[in-house]
Amino acid sequence: MRRSLIIKSMLTAGALALSVVASSTSSAAGTGMVPFDSAKAGGTLKLVAQAAAGTLDPKVNYTGQFWQLYQATYDGLLGFKYADGAGSFEIVPDLATALPVQSNGGKTLTFTLRSGIKFSNGAPVTVADVKASFERIFKVSSPTAGSFYNGIVGAAACLSKPATCKLDKGVVVNAAKNTVVINLVAPDEAILSKLAVPHAAINPASSPAKDAGTAPIPTTGPYMFKSYDPNKLLVMVRNPFFKEWSHDAQPAAYSDQIDYQFGLTPTAQVTAVQNNQANWVYDPIPADRLNEIGTKYATQAHVNPLTAMWYLPMNVNIAPFNNVKARQAVNYALDRAAMVKIFGGSQLAAPVCSFLPPNFPGHVDYCGYTKGATPAKPAKAWAAPDLALAKKLVKDSGTAGQPVAVVVSDDDVNKQMGVYVQSVLNSIGYKATVKPISANIQFTYIQNTKNKVQISVSQWYQDYPAASDFLNVLLGCASFTPNSDASINMSGYCNKAFDAKMQKTLALAVTDKAAADKSWGQLDQEVMADAPVAVAFTPKQLDFISSGTKNYHFSLQFKMFVSQLQTK
Amino acid sequence: MSLNESASAIFSESPGKIALRTLARDKRSWISLSILGTIILLALFAPLYAHVIAKTDPFASTLNATITLHGKTVSVLEPSTTGLGLGVTPIGPTWDIHKYFLGADGQGRDVMARLLYGGRNTLFIGTSAGLITIILSLLIGMIAGYRRGWVDAVLSRILDVIWAFPVYLLAISLSVVLLTSGLKIGFLHFGPGSMALPITIIGVVYIPYVARPIRGQVLAMREREFVRAAVGTGAKHSTIVFREILPNVMPAVLVFIPIMIALSMLTESALSFLSIGVQPPSASWGTIINDGLALLYTRPVVALAPGLMIVLTAAALNLYGDAVRDALDPKTRARGD
Repeated sequence: MRRSLIIKSMLTAGALALSVVASSTSSAAGTGMVPFDSAKAGGTLKLVAQAAAGTLDPKVNYTGQFWQLYQATYDGLLGFKYADGAGSFEIVPDLATALPVQSNGGKTLTFTLRSGIKFSNGAPVTVADVKASFERIFKVSSPTAGSFYNGIVGAAACLSKPATCKLDKGVVVNAAKNTVVINLVAPDEAILSKLAVPHAAINPASSPAKDAGTAPIPTTGPYMFKSYDPNKLLVMVRNPFFKEWSHDAQPAAYSDQIDYQFGLTPTAQVTAVQNNQANWVYDPIPADRLNEIGTKYATQAHVNPLTAMWYLPMNVNIAPFNNVKARQAVNYALDRAAMVKIFGGSQLAAPVCSFLPPNFPGHVDYCGYTKGATPAKPAKAWAAPDLALAKKLVKDSGTAGQPVAVVVSDDDVNKQMGVYVQSVLNSIGYKATVKPISANIQFTYIQNTKNKVQISVSQWYQDYPAASDFLNVLLGCASFTPNSDASINMSGYCNKAFDAKMQKTLALAVTDKAAADKSWGQLDQEVMADAPVAVAFTPKQLDFISSGTKNYHFSLQFKMFVSQLQTK
Repeated sequence: MSLNESASAIFSESPGKIALRTLARDKRSWISLSILGTIILLALFAPLYAHVIAKTDPFASTLNATITLHGKTVSVLEPSTTGLGLGVTPIGPTWDIHKYFLGADGQGRDVMARLLYGGRNTLFIGTSAGLITIILSLLIGMIAGYRRGWVDAVLSRILDVIWAFPVYLLAISLSVVLLTSGLKIGFLHFGPGSMALPITIIGVVYIPYVARPIRGQVLAMREREFVRAAVGTGAKHSTIVFREILPNVMPAVLVFIPIMIALSMLTESALSFLSIGVQPPSASWGTIINDGLALLYTRPVVALAPGLMIVLTAAALNLYGDAVRDALDPKTRARGD
């Protein structure tokens, strides 16, 4: 997902060697939230960002910016544990009373729904809402419908005819027993993680069968959305019907209200937090404020690792990047250390060129696009760009001199990245331009093939810690939907042979995770030889909070817990 | 020279010569021309500075470059080593003409070299757009004022429509649309990054501000005795327009020229500042201010230097405009101002 991270259960993620480092105040990894202290509750939490993240619909929105809020508003049958660090990988029952009973070789999952939980509109949460919510994933063409939930029985028909989606055999409910049975076509090792992310949240059955846009959908968590103007303000207030049912899955929140203000430049956001006029900055901190924050405000700065990547999807279906040599040239030409500098230096990012980030299941230390290496004979790590080879590849491809537009978000860091990429493209023989687009729409704009985007600067933050969340989601044929804003395979890369290998590896993961991870590592190298993207670096998260903001907790799953911040 | 001699000299000279002589005696014109001349000269020497003196490419990102300064090797973008070690700061002004005289921007580019290249673009766009405004305004104003009737009505309504939009709103709207798709008029095609786009946009949005006063002057002029006399003697329309009306409108047009160039230059800077004027990696003073905005806290000179150049150029043009106006105004001359 873009600027977010969702990681699957520690229970299954044996390979997780994710290190929790550098946080100046993070508490011990794995600890849950301390019991709710009502004396510290109250006040208004003020969050600031340059732009909103588009639709408020939890089934459609696929950005870290709003997924962070959904953790405190929406619930699925399962959830990720509210805990610091790697403890947040643990999957816990949320609206379900317990983890599912798995039968039929892992193809059937049986849940019992908790009783007595109400939506923020006062209506009780029923099994009918659960079934409708899963059908709505397909009706609204959720970005992950084809990649996360295509294994549910009946999903294939729903994907081809979303408007009439029925999952009568895939999601079987029993109102009398309050049970929900999810039937899968085949076992899925990541299904519990997929059921714990916001796209699987339970919404009222009456929710519209289309993207709700700016209209709030009733919630189950401690907050509900009161109003949303993407140009100005998102207001969240307490859900009057919320009562804590699981401290691990959905603990009570501290602030009475959350005001998320949009339209402030990143530098204005930093100043607002320094002056205690806001509690937290969403956007990447501007480069010229980082040193100040790292020295004068070090106690308010929190640096945490992420399993994520900044990368350049290249459209393999239009010129010049429909030529593999042109794509490889970009990979060779990128000075990843330079991009790290733009991002804020080596304390905030590290150069990479593998698709799977470091410390991630399946990751192999390799780089086929550094000086002296080739995809066939890769080096261990990226060292330096090879401009001479890049120029030769462009010349050989016959694409030299072609115009290329680099589409970026219009915030400072992304624009700087765009200008840098433009400089690189010009230096290897293209006529490049930069096209900054409002961060509100850039992410969906670059997905839609109608916009004929050749190359863009984008980010990917894990949804859950499985290699499939990177490779299968970003480069799988099921994630490529021409003429749609929800086509997360931005490169439009659909290699049938590669896709078949990914499906085979997905199946292997159910029975032999170690072998599957090894296979993912090989697939990473195989696909990067084809270079549908150029991976630049893996970032860290820098949270800057005001001096009056307390109880900061960072999970590798949710990033900062918005609902747990105290302003009193 | 006695009063009589002076009066006789004045009456024996054409108004143009008198104006030029007055202008030549005006200190304001010399000061403003000196400033403008220096700025233009500096801008013209941009390639010399970049490639011969500083030996740098002002349009290429050099984030990992190093230079030798006072015997030490220094990174152009220096990572922080204090506190949490966050951030990277571009090198500040070295005041060494051969290397990063005004420091580097966020892409590691030489600010001085970009400032000089930016001046070329800003002055070129400002002058071109200003002249387009003047020429088209003169044409429209003359036609509307001289032909009157339905021709005047149509042209005036078109001007009204353009005038109805705030100038920056119109310029921004046109820029956003045209910079995305480019502009195609017949066989002419300007790509999205073409310099012709901001020139055309700025040149067009100011037309009503010049064309309407010219039209008014022409309308008044048409009723004057010397024009009626020319019509009465059967003079051709072209003779009346070019021999009788145009020379009398020209003083106003001449006063407009420096003012419109200054206005166009400011508009270009504003559009470029908003990323909808000159497109990267090209530079204009507006784009450099935009680049410098992200460095205001650590390297304010990146934004201040082009800002100062804009202020100096605009002030010099306005000062020269004042001097031209006074030189062409008989009443001012008579007062001896």
